[in-house]
Amino acid sequence: MTTTNLPPTAIQTSASQTESEEALRYYSATQFQLIWWRFRKHRLAQAGALILITMALVGLFAEFFAPYTGVTRISDAVLVGPQMPHFCNDDGCTLRPFLPGIKSERNPVTLGMEVIIDPTIRRDIYFFVQGEPYKLLGLIEMDTHLFGVEEGSIHLFGTDSLGRDIFTRILIATRTSLSIGVIGVVVAFVLALIIGGAAGYFGGGLDYGIQRLTEIVRVIPVIPLYMGLAASFPAQWSSTQVYFAMTLILAVVGWPTLARRIRGKLLSLRGEDYVVAARLAGASPSRIIGRHLLPAFTSYIIVDLVISFPYMLLSETALSFVGLGLRPPTVSWGVLLQDAQTVRAIEQAPWLFIPAIFVVVAVLSFTVLGDGLRDAADPYQISK
Amino acid sequence: MIKFLFQRTIGMAVTMFFVSIMVFVIMELPPGDYAERWAFRKFSGTGTEFNEADIENVRVELGLDRPAPERYLTWISDIVLHGYFGEAFAFQTSVNVVIGQKIWLTMAILFSTLIITYLVSIPVGIYAAVRRSSIEDYTLTVFSYLGFALPNFLLALILLYISITFFDSSVGGLFSPEYADAPWSVEKALDLLSHLIIPAIVLAWSATAFQLQTVRATMLDELNTLSVTAARARGVPEWKLLLKYPARLAINPVVSTMSFDANRIFSELPIVALVLGLPELGELLLKSYLDLDMFVAGAILLILTFMIVFMNFLADIALAILDPRVKLIEG
Repeated sequence: MTTTNLPPTAIQTSASQTESEEALRYYSATQFQLIWWRFRKHRLAQAGALILITMALVGLFAEFFAPYTGVTRISDAVLVGPQMPHFCNDDGCTLRPFLPGIKSERNPVTLGMEVIIDPTIRRDIYFFVQGEPYKLLGLIEMDTHLFGVEEGSIHLFGTDSLGRDIFTRILIATRTSLSIGVIGVVVAFVLALIIGGAAGYFGGGLDYGIQRLTEIVRVIPVIPLYMGLAASFPAQWSSTQVYFAMTLILAVVGWPTLARRIRGKLLSLRGEDYVVAARLAGASPSRIIGRHLLPAFTSYIIVDLVISFPYMLLSETALSFVGLGLRPPTVSWGVLLQDAQTVRAIEQAPWLFIPAIFVVVAVLSFTVLGDGLRDAADPYQISK
Repeated sequence: MIKFLFQRTIGMAVTMFFVSIMVFVIMELPPGDYAERWAFRKFSGTGTEFNEADIENVRVELGLDRPAPERYLTWISDIVLHGYFGEAFAFQTSVNVVIGQKIWLTMAILFSTLIITYLVSIPVGIYAAVRRSSIEDYTLTVFSYLGFALPNFLLALILLYISITFFDSSVGGLFSPEYADAPWSVEKALDLLSHLIIPAIVLAWSATAFQLQTVRATMLDELNTLSVTAARARGVPEWKLLLKYPARLAINPVVSTMSFDANRIFSELPIVALVLGLPELGELLLKSYLDLDMFVAGAILLILTFMIVFMNFLADIALAILDPRVKLIEG
């Protein structure tokens, strides 16, 4: 657990100059400075934050980092296993990484197409190569990719049964999966703020009604509830419509937990003198909540948002995995994992399971980040 | 105690009433109704063409033209008064027949999962709290993180893959082929048990991770109380002292969150069941959603939720018996 950031206190009579300066710095620090200081001691949480920032950046600029577009089908390379860059072959070593060539041949016995690795062919990997054109962030037209090969094709994580590059698709899926979580959390937060805020501030009958309602929503198992809502999407909806409907569903099922927390905090604060003073001065409820009450627990809200994020991520993955969530051509981690739904598929091509690693790493990162933030968010509390 | 039981029963009924309204709303959500689907099925089966008027007739015949509140009342009163859950369109029989035996299989999975969860999480959680900050404690914390981050259905896939690759045996399904259609016997029950272990472990995976942390946290709080220090000062042997004071209290939060565990298990069940090929309610629920067979889906949702609410009821009673402080507050 974290140690407290408490400096040597004034009780120490022999406090040196530097120590009292440090104490001054501590006592005059703003709340967010204190949170930041505590957070810096959380190595694990920082690692989580770093991983998530990397994922977000890579996802945002997926087209640049990926050698292909998500829908490019390379018919010569169906179900190719992951290819790792080599530096050495029989002819010696080079500084430039390369891949052994691949070619498809028909198996004389089964008559199926099979991919064969040919170590005599050398495909050099170049950086900043010209490839398929794309629009960066949907705005800037570009055709430069971070890496690529001039002849043949490169598949770091292999290809699927249609010859699509899995590495590329995972990067694009990272953007979808993370963004759906972000939008879902934000919508859930707005809902929670309005409903939980009203319940907590006004209390009484309204509070009672809202409390019962959230209890009833929470008693129904979450994934079956999601599924029921997702099943009602009309089949003719476009993938964009489904995408936004999914974020809405995640939010609609996710808000009660957040609303409970906001309500609890508001209930405990609304009796404070400064709230009464504001009310007497004629401030409206929305102003009191937004201006005076919410800032008092902003850090808690942020922590709650971070913690509720992995639930959205996991729910989206689970729903898409069984075919009730996002639909192709949208790619998310869950959609990619659909290909790995049966053991037979995994036996044939274990690399189809790689998206699962991304799900686990993302959820783990969010969890440790959330834990770290939760510890840091309460700078005055001395943790055990 | 009688008053307490009465209050809880009323509370359970009220909750179920509102849940049934929500379930009905979910059943109503998908576009189109059964009359259209009936026409489509007839059309694809026999090639008979239907016009709007025919569909309208079917609609009137099935009572689908009536307003939603009226249909809700018919639906719910059939369930409460006659135990009739409506018609399973895709199976062309009543929902009761389709669900029938699967309820028991689902309950078997639920209870074997709960038993595994508690058998593992309570002793291990106590151990972790006692050996706080040791290597074992940290290992268990890492395991808890993984229990959350690695979704059950992925774990199920991994286990399936391992068992097929290394042991050359399938762990899917609920019965070995030779028992699948056989009448019930001791051998069949044993076969069922051996097949229940994998789904139970998979489903217990995350539940155990959560409960382990709960037990550990409560245990840590209780270990610091004065009663423990006093008992230690009196010279009570350490293991006896642990069992008598903190361990007894550490079980309370586990009991009170039993219905949350059931909720989590039912939440994960459909997907795990799909991966492992278990013919139980969760898998049927998933199928009926995909087929838009909403009476089946509604019935299953209602039954699963009822089991959760009922377990909550049982947990409340168990807690009142286990922890005398609860009774004082609740009357």
